[in-house]
This record gives sequence, C-alpha cells and structure tokens, in this order.
Amino acid sequence: MPAVARRGGSAPSASLSREQKLQLYYWMRLTRTLEERLAALYRQAKLVGGLFRSLGQEADAVGSCFALERRDVMAPHIRTLGAMLVKGARPVEVLRQNMARADSPSRGRDLNLHFGDLERGFLGGIAPLGDMVPVMAGVTLSFRLRGEDRVGLVFVGDGATSTGAFHEGINFAAVNKCPLVVVIENNGYSFSTPTSRQTLARRFVDKAIGYGVAGEQADGNDVLAVYNVVRRAVDRARAGEGVTLLELTTYRRTGHADHDNQSYVPSGETERWAAENDPIDRYVRVLVGREKVEASELEAVDQRVRDEVDHATELAEASPMPEGPDALRGVYAEPAAGWGTCDTGHV
Amino acid sequence: MAAITYLEAIREAIDEEMARDANVFLMGEDIGEYGGAFKVTDGLLAKYGASRVIDTPVSEIAIVGAAAGAAQMGMRPVVEMQFMDFMASAYDMLTNYVATARYRAFMPCPMVVRGPAGGYVRGGPFHSQNPEAGFLHTPGLKVVYPATAEDAKGLMKAAIRDDDCVLFLEHKYLYRRIKGVMPAGDQVVPIGRARVAREGTDVSIITYAATMWKALEAAEQLASEGVSAEVLDLRTLAPLDDDAIFTSVRKTHRALVVHEDTRTGGLAGEITARINESCFEWLDAPVLRVTAHDVPLPFAPALEDFVLPQTPDIVRAVKRLASY
Repeated sequence: MPAVARRGGSAPSASLSREQKLQLYYWMRLTRTLEERLAALYRQAKLVGGLFRSLGQEADAVGSCFALERRDVMAPHIRTLGAMLVKGARPVEVLRQNMARADSPSRGRDLNLHFGDLERGFLGGIAPLGDMVPVMAGVTLSFRLRGEDRVGLVFVGDGATSTGAFHEGINFAAVNKCPLVVVIENNGYSFSTPTSRQTLARRFVDKAIGYGVAGEQADGNDVLAVYNVVRRAVDRARAGEGVTLLELTTYRRTGHADHDNQSYVPSGETERWAAENDPIDRYVRVLVGREKVEASELEAVDQRVRDEVDHATELAEASPMPEGPDALRGVYAEPAAGWGTCDTGHV
Repeated sequence: MAAITYLEAIREAIDEEMARDANVFLMGEDIGEYGGAFKVTDGLLAKYGASRVIDTPVSEIAIVGAAAGAAQMGMRPVVEMQFMDFMASAYDMLTNYVATARYRAFMPCPMVVRGPAGGYVRGGPFHSQNPEAGFLHTPGLKVVYPATAEDAKGLMKAAIRDDDCVLFLEHKYLYRRIKGVMPAGDQVVPIGRARVAREGTDVSIITYAATMWKALEAAEQLASEGVSAEVLDLRTLAPLDDDAIFTSVRKTHRALVVHEDTRTGGLAGEITARINESCFEWLDAPVLRVTAHDVPLPFAPALEDFVLPQTPDIVRAVKRLASY
C-alpha cells in the first residue's frame, strides 16, 4: 500500500458548508443534464463528430475539482466534463465545441472538450492519452520555480496509465517535487479493453510505490470521498510534498463514444451500476438523509440547471459556422510567409 | 574580438538570453553538473543555479511535454535533446501537442528544442541523424539549422525570443571545427531569412548546415574551372525564405539543392517543387539534388563517406547543370 501519512482530525468534507454541499449537487446535475442535451442533439444530427459521455462518473470529476482553488490549474480528459464546469467552462462553450461553431472556444478547430482557458485555470486536453501528464509536470514545475502558491491536477483514464507519456510525466514530476495531483479515473474500460488487459497491477494506485510518491484510492462514485482524497493530495502539493497519485474507481455506463454498442460488456453490468451505484442518486440520499436537504431544494437546482442548459442550447444553435479561409490563420504568431499555403496562382 | 567556436557561440547566446530574461531556463539530460554531452551548457549551472539549469530523467517525452506546459505558463524553456536522433521519442508531444497548441487552443508554446544533429562524425545510425524533414512537415513548428558560428549565436537568440516552438538543430561536426568573430552587441539573426554565402552567376547551390561548407569548397574548385556558383545558406528551414531562393535562381537559371538528410521526402523535394511553381520560366536546366542515399547512416568511415554528400558530388552535379 502506498504510504500516505494520514493527518489527525476529521475528513476535509466535514468542513464543507451546507451550501457547498449543494453546489456539489449542482455541478453533478449540470454535468448530467448538459450531457443528456448533447445526446439529444447528437440524435438530431446537430453535433459534428462523436459524443463522449461521463454518465455515472460525474462525482469523481466534480469532487476532484471542487478541491482546487481558482488559481490552480487542471487538465481534463475526455470524461471529465464536470471538472471543466467546476473550473468555469460554460455549457454554451461545450455545446458550441460539439457543434463546431465559429465562436466555440477553439473556433471550430478542435473537438468536444478539447479547449482550455488559463484565466479560469484549465488546459485543453488532446487525444493522445497520457500527454497531459508531462505537460502538467511542466505547468507545476513553473509554479515551483516561480514560488507561486498554486497546484496542478491532471486526469487520466485507466488506459492512459499504459502510455509512455504517463510514466515519463509522473516520474519527471516526482523527481522535480512538482505540486501535482495525478488522478486515475478507473472506469473499468479503455474503449473496449477491460482493466485486466491494461495492467497486472492489482490496483492502479499501487503504481505510486514504483514512483516513490504518495497514493490513495477512493470510491469515485462517492463525491465526498473524492473530495476528501483530492483535498488531502492538494494540501500535500501546496505544502511542498510533491506528487500524489490517486485512483478513483467508477464505472463507464455508456460506450467509449456514442457509436460503441458495448458488445464486450457482460450482460447486466451497466444496468446494475445504474441501479445500485449511481453517483447522483447516492449523493441525493446523503443530502436528504444526513444534511436534511428538502426535495424541493433539489428540484429547484434541477430546474435552474434545465433553464441554463436550455438557454445555452439556444445560444449555441444560433452560433455561426466558421468560414473555410478561417482555417489558415493562427498557426504561428506572425502572418504566414514561406509556409507553403496554396497561393502560387497555379492551384 | 577573438573568434569563438560554433559551440561556444551557442553557449554564449543561451547565457546572454538567460541573463536578459529570468523566464529562460534549461532542461535536459546531463546538462547541469556535466555540462551536456558536448558541453554546450558547461558552466551555466554554476552561474544560474539548479532552478534554471535542470537535469532531468532520461525522458524525452517528459522533457518536451514539461517544456510545453511551462511555456504555456509564461516561461521560456530551452531544452536539450542529448542527440537530435532522440527527438523521435518526443515526436507525439511535438507534433500533436506543441505544434497545434496555438492553433487549436490559443495557448502557444514558446520554447526551444535544441541539440546536436548530423553526421560526418562516425556516430553510427543513432547519433548522426538529420531529423528535420519529419518536423518541416508539421505546421506549427519552426526549424533552424545554422552553418556558421555567427548564425548559431544570432539564431539561438532569435529562437529563444520567438513566440512559437523552434527546433534548433546544431551540427555536431561544426561544433568545434569552425569559428567566427561575434558581432558586438545584441545581434539577433532573424528566423526565416537565408543568406548568400558566396555570390555567383552560373548555378545556385541551395543548402544548409554542414553541407554549406562543402558547397563553398565546391564553388571554389568550380571557380578555377570557370564555373561561377552561388551558395545560398538557408539557415532557417521552416519557414523557407522563398524570396531568397527565387531571387538566386532567377539570376543563375540553374539550381542544385544539397542536403545531408536522406533523399526521399527530404527538404530538397519541397524546394524543387517551389522553384518549379515560381521560377519555371527562368530555368535553363532541371533542378537537381545532391543528398544522402536513402539508407540509415552507417558507422564505418568508408560506408558513412559513401552515403553522405561529399564535395566532389556537388562539383559533378554543378558541372552537369552548367552543361545544359
């Protein structure tokens, strides 16, 4: 078991206010409702390209980012929409990205969640898995070199742990004492490949030992448990104790993308997770049972979320498509010259 | 002022830029205490400290990836590949992440990836490569490959100040074999500008890095045989200085492109195509190429010498062009 020095006292979530706990619910509900809207738009052929869902994984994304400060920087992966929303990404941006609109954050140049904003503290990920780990090693190295009180958090899936980039990145961050939290979102599958074909390690968090960093595992479908482990890791990073590797266990209830019929999934598995281990249902029970939140309060949040997503959808559907020649701008800082654009007059 | 080597010129540029801008820092394998495999960064750890000269694990992906992340946060990383052959390990990071960052995410990566490249040194297949072609093909990267000590210094300063990622290839054969007298003051050689290394009227030899010196040698021999060859040193490979290439070709009406890199998919093909598109009416002969053969670079002197372009190869090709 990777060593984590447990500090005395209560779990970090004990000091969350009732309002903050309702915020956690809001972010998870917003994630799910926004994705449901994306799915509806996808079926109406209003999206460009595929649709990647995080259904059933909302708690680990939201709970993780809730432990960060605005000045901290997070790098998402494809199934952490909730993390981006907590970090300030707006539903209309997500919708425009998926609709490839001219005023999307990437101006129609990249897909789905591939966008970022340094002001709000999140970087856009890219498709090659694991690449954001070295990048975030560099982001957090810059914090350390400049003496800034900031930490970084990078999400990877279970599949990304098999890449060279993951290995080199976490090792590099470890030896450089970077204030970085590496979150493995273990949802059981990398596309169609189950974790048993990804690693022989009993648990992904066991890899922490090999890197000489702290490691903790938590139930990724328990948003308060997620908040607790991430908050502890963030505190360690802020205190100059370097890298923590976290494994958050969850389950991918949809296919890799919407085209994936999940033929490789044992029958009944997704249904069982939906019925017994839905992170939002679980958290509602906590809020109602322990926090004495009224059903009407939750319904008010749900209504607010629906209104926000409706409004965002209206805006996104009214957004223009980019013009073809827009594609030529912005590869370099200065205007193109000598770059082989097709301007010879012969083409 | 005393002449300094190509290698010392690079070190001087890095040193001056580190002194000028506190955001400039170095990462690489064995670059600190040891000073780098070729000693390019020798003395910089002592001068700037371990937070600005960082020895890294043997991890090209992480070195380039971490440079990208630091650059996006406002730093100016200059990272060393111990040999540019090993940049292949970071190909994904450079082409997928770094090269696209400005375009897709508006988060540019102003950084320099530098290191020794090139052959003629009996380095064998993994310490002699000219890896430029794979990266010239990637929009978003800039590539420079200086031939002279003066350009090595001035282009390094430009690369560090550039707002995009610059791959800075240093020819290891030239490291200690050539010297130059550095111009006084803060001299920056602009990226994207070629240089006429020798004026001529009959044939244009378009080249860069170590073969620039072979082209000059060939031009000298050809002059004694009555052929006037112009030598154009590209200095920057991406973006190409089309104007300089076209101006020279329109003057001489004959063009030879020479590079040490292998032939197929090499830069010479692209230059030939551009001349064809823009200078066809001026040409009196087909554009020819002198390049390495399409093989991995072998170790034994006889093999390496056979594979790489040599001065007599250039002389022969120029004579063929002149005979049209």
